[in-house]
Amino acid sequence: MKPIDRPGRWLIILPPLLFLLIFFLIPFAFAFKISFADTAARVPPFTDVLTRTPDHHLQFSVSLANYQYLFTDDVYGVAYLYSLKTAFFSTLICLGLGYPMAYAIARASKSTQNVLLLIIILPFWTSFLLRVYALEGIIRDNGILNTVLLHLGLIHEPLRIMRTTLAVYLGIIYSYLPFMVLPLFATLEKLDRSLLEAASDLGSPPWRVFLDVTLPLSIPGVIAGSMLVFIPAVGEFVIPSLLGGPDSLMIGRVLWDEFFGNHDWPVASAVAIAFLFLLAGPIAIYQYYNVKQLEA
Amino acid sequence: MESRYSPTLLTVLCLGITILYLPIVVLIAYSFNASPLVNVWGGFSTAWYFQLLHNRQLLQAALLSLEVAVTASSAAVLLGTMAAIALVRFARFRGRLLLTGMVNAPLVMPEIITGITQLLLFVSMLQMLGWPHRGFTTIVLSHVAFCSAYVTITVQSRLQTADRSLEEAAMDLGSGPARAFLEITLPILAPAILSSWLLSFTLSLDDLVISSFVSGPGASTLPMVIYSKVKLGVSPDVNALASLIICAVGACVIAAGYFMRRADQRRALEMQMAER
Repeated sequence: MKPIDRPGRWLIILPPLLFLLIFFLIPFAFAFKISFADTAARVPPFTDVLTRTPDHHLQFSVSLANYQYLFTDDVYGVAYLYSLKTAFFSTLICLGLGYPMAYAIARASKSTQNVLLLIIILPFWTSFLLRVYALEGIIRDNGILNTVLLHLGLIHEPLRIMRTTLAVYLGIIYSYLPFMVLPLFATLEKLDRSLLEAASDLGSPPWRVFLDVTLPLSIPGVIAGSMLVFIPAVGEFVIPSLLGGPDSLMIGRVLWDEFFGNHDWPVASAVAIAFLFLLAGPIAIYQYYNVKQLEA
Repeated sequence: MESRYSPTLLTVLCLGITILYLPIVVLIAYSFNASPLVNVWGGFSTAWYFQLLHNRQLLQAALLSLEVAVTASSAAVLLGTMAAIALVRFARFRGRLLLTGMVNAPLVMPEIITGITQLLLFVSMLQMLGWPHRGFTTIVLSHVAFCSAYVTITVQSRLQTADRSLEEAAMDLGSGPARAFLEITLPILAPAILSSWLLSFTLSLDDLVISSFVSGPGASTLPMVIYSKVKLGVSPDVNALASLIICAVGACVIAAGYFMRRADQRRALEMQMAER
């Protein structure tokens, strides 16, 4: 067919391209620039990195102090490690829970499948903040869980879950489970059934069929789902802030406090940039598998 | 597929669904509790719902959030659909890789990073250009950025499966490419566009982190007000408000899903009739 003539195409390409460039990509350049500035008591609260001297020369005043600060103050290292650890283990648990769920949905009949998918997708549409808040109603000291357990006589004093690391884990698993199930379902559903039948006709027991055929073929879904849970979980703010205790110092929370509590914008920028470098690997992996899946 | 369920699979599926739904069910139950104490059941009452109507702060925040969500999701649908058309229909153009990256990155980028970088942009822009002032405008701009990514992903997958031969037939019959697209392909995309508008709307309505960074004094969205109330502890009127929002959104999603499936079925039927 005749392609739309070239100048006309740019009318469609340019608006989204420019918008995302200005409001998504360029902001990172500004954060990068400001991470080299110093705090200043003015509006906005940081010094200029790039200034023009009276004789019209550009002058850079770059300060590496913010990045040095990240290494000298323990809080940041501890928070990065804690965030990575928490996100990693919650991703594993989500995978352990989400894989059988996706597998069960993929094996259901078409009409059951639609209903089950709707059940999984519905929480995804429901307010994240409100769901985290709803979880508090279950796990707080006088919440449903403790009330039931006390009533049954299984425990004699309420379990302390709120404001602990366990609460952060529960929050992440509860909030991000649909993100794990949906990509897994997408790959498991596309699985070629004849391969499974061939393997079992050749005498493989079901568990070998699963390990040798199903699992390797579902790796793209495993990776997509894991990244969709892991990356946002590392940067999670709402969950550690509402459910976690004073020791659940995740990097998102540190960033928030640096910004709204200490009003130290340059250090907050440096934390964000360092954080971004940390996530560059996982994001690249996600993008790679995403592009590969779109092409398939 | 044959349905041969092992008991373990079924148990995990039920467990997962229980985890997803139990907190919401409990929350809705609590919202009808007459007692303001969370651990005492004081009988059935709708008093907290009526109290919402008198909370000026909440109502104002809800109004702002609705305005932001309608504006942002409409703009996002426009930009996101254009990006989807560009990525699916134009095989090669300068900046294609950049655009692909920029529509996929917001989906995984932690909100806190997006929020802080966008705030720094807005502050620098205000310094250099005198625009935009922090508030409604900046919240909308930042919401459009992440919502349009979701729109592109949704519309893109629909456009990839859309049958191009109909459009080609229309062009063979003499209509221009733009008209062929508007009259043939756009109706096929309509369900995806509608659902991505709804998705953008709920994402915008729900956003706390990015809004907190980019909004200015006096412009508090509903999630910002809810967050500051929740931070102080459980409050019964938030239970009522949360139940209302969850039920409204749930009903919309189920309705939208139903209508989209009906539209698809009707289209499939028409195609069958035409082929006869």
